[in-house]
Amino acid sequence: MTNLVEIRGLRKDYGSVAAVDGVDLDVETGETLAVVGESGSGKTTLTRLLLRLAEPSAGSVRFDGADLFSLPPARLRALRREMQVVLQDPYSSMNPRWRVTDVVAEPLVTHERGMRGRRGRAKLREQVSELLDAVGLPPQVQDRYPHEFSGGQRQRISVARALALRPRLVVLDEPTSALDVSVQAQVLDLLVDLQDRFGLTYVFVSHNLAVVQQIADRVAVMRAGRVLELAPARRLFTEPEHEYTRALLDAVPNPDPRQARRVVP
Amino acid sequence: MSPLLEITDLRIEFRLATGTVTAADGVSLAVSAGETLAVVGESGSGKTATALSVLRLNPEPPCVYAGGEVLLDGRDLLRVSEKDLRRIRGNDVAMVFQDPMTSLNPLKRVGAQVAEVVRKHQSASRAAAREAAVAALREAGIPDPQRRAGQYPHQLSGGLRQRVMIAMALVGRPRVLIADEPTTALDVTVQARILELLVDLQRRHGMAIVLITHDLGVVAEVADRVVVLRSGQVVESGDVVSVFERPREDYTRDLLRATPKLERA
Repeated sequence: MTNLVEIRGLRKDYGSVAAVDGVDLDVETGETLAVVGESGSGKTTLTRLLLRLAEPSAGSVRFDGADLFSLPPARLRALRREMQVVLQDPYSSMNPRWRVTDVVAEPLVTHERGMRGRRGRAKLREQVSELLDAVGLPPQVQDRYPHEFSGGQRQRISVARALALRPRLVVLDEPTSALDVSVQAQVLDLLVDLQDRFGLTYVFVSHNLAVVQQIADRVAVMRAGRVLELAPARRLFTEPEHEYTRALLDAVPNPDPRQARRVVP
Repeated sequence: MSPLLEITDLRIEFRLATGTVTAADGVSLAVSAGETLAVVGESGSGKTATALSVLRLNPEPPCVYAGGEVLLDGRDLLRVSEKDLRRIRGNDVAMVFQDPMTSLNPLKRVGAQVAEVVRKHQSASRAAAREAAVAALREAGIPDPQRRAGQYPHQLSGGLRQRVMIAMALVGRPRVLIADEPTTALDVTVQARILELLVDLQRRHGMAIVLITHDLGVVAEVADRVVVLRSGQVVESGDVVSVFERPREDYTRDLLRATPKLERA
């Protein structure tokens, strides 16, 4: 399989702390690579570097062969269309004064001249309505405001926005952590469905291993800025190699009261 | 055993300019000494409003307790004077909230904050209160409590901050501890430690715990009995094993099905 993303020797220092401390990692085209770790493990910094939202202290990220950190501005701008992100909190990641049309259409307006002005407007509405349809929302919602939607619906709107430019890579940063469990399951199903339909590659950042198990092909476990273990999902969950991975798995609450620990060591 | 805390047919309304929202619509539940009752539900189910009603902490107005009773030892807390209520808070019933960062004063050392609570409950000299605070931090499992007492909240991790909150809650030796999503903001490994701490403290002091959560995994780990809430009404209640293995209501079944479970074999 080909690699869509190749990360080599990546490092990011904040003062004397290395948030990302020498990471080598590939993301294969079409896969879902989960990056798991606790707070402070560096998983979010890693995705910020991967999206070139931060500059590394050392190392490189190649996207489809092109080095993100040495690209001339015009080519970088073109590349940005290929990589999009869905953030954890669907409340703070939208302008509350914009209607849904404008929220979803923003990437199109930014990247495509033809979408601006009066002539662009009709085309935009049509495309936004298709995107909303893809995430299971009716076209009428276009004229409403973010506060009129539940958390799950807002996350669908975020996904529609991320797909507007038909990206190849979507970084999903804890996309279901803020949602109720019943809604979480629906959003995960939607993400799987969209991946098939649009041929997407996902980097799925999460601290919830039970959720990761439902969606990931491979899992990278991070701790203190490093990748401790990288394995196909099936193997990671059944035969974790690293002590820390085992501790993470052991800590996940078991919703079966007969198997749950329920005892103080 | 007769229940220590009993809520019967509680009705909580929020009378807003835009209309009345019923947060609890005939909720009944009970918890005995030494027992852990989990109150589960999704956002908007009324679980937090119900929990806050025990100490009358819902803001009035807009909140109105429109019916029912909250009985502690047979005494209706919805009808005691504000003065009596102040004595009950912390001494008989204490609370731990989800986000320890916003519940602690960022400008005061944590030891002083715990000592302040000690002095509210007992007539103690400053030195004695400080000593009691360090002892409380130690009991909450904080390593090197003497040194930690001198630190500010931002110098502590999320898990340690939650332990400080637990130390503060237990200073008055309450008979009922209400914990509202106490581990939701924490990493999964830290969550496991905090749950163990709560179970351990309960064994030593025999307090009743009301655990508010949306996570059925957490319920299975620590609760004896469970009440499932939806739209302000009790959908189902019973001991954890029977509700999880033989849910009577479709909603409970759906919640259980949506809860991701880690498969390790």
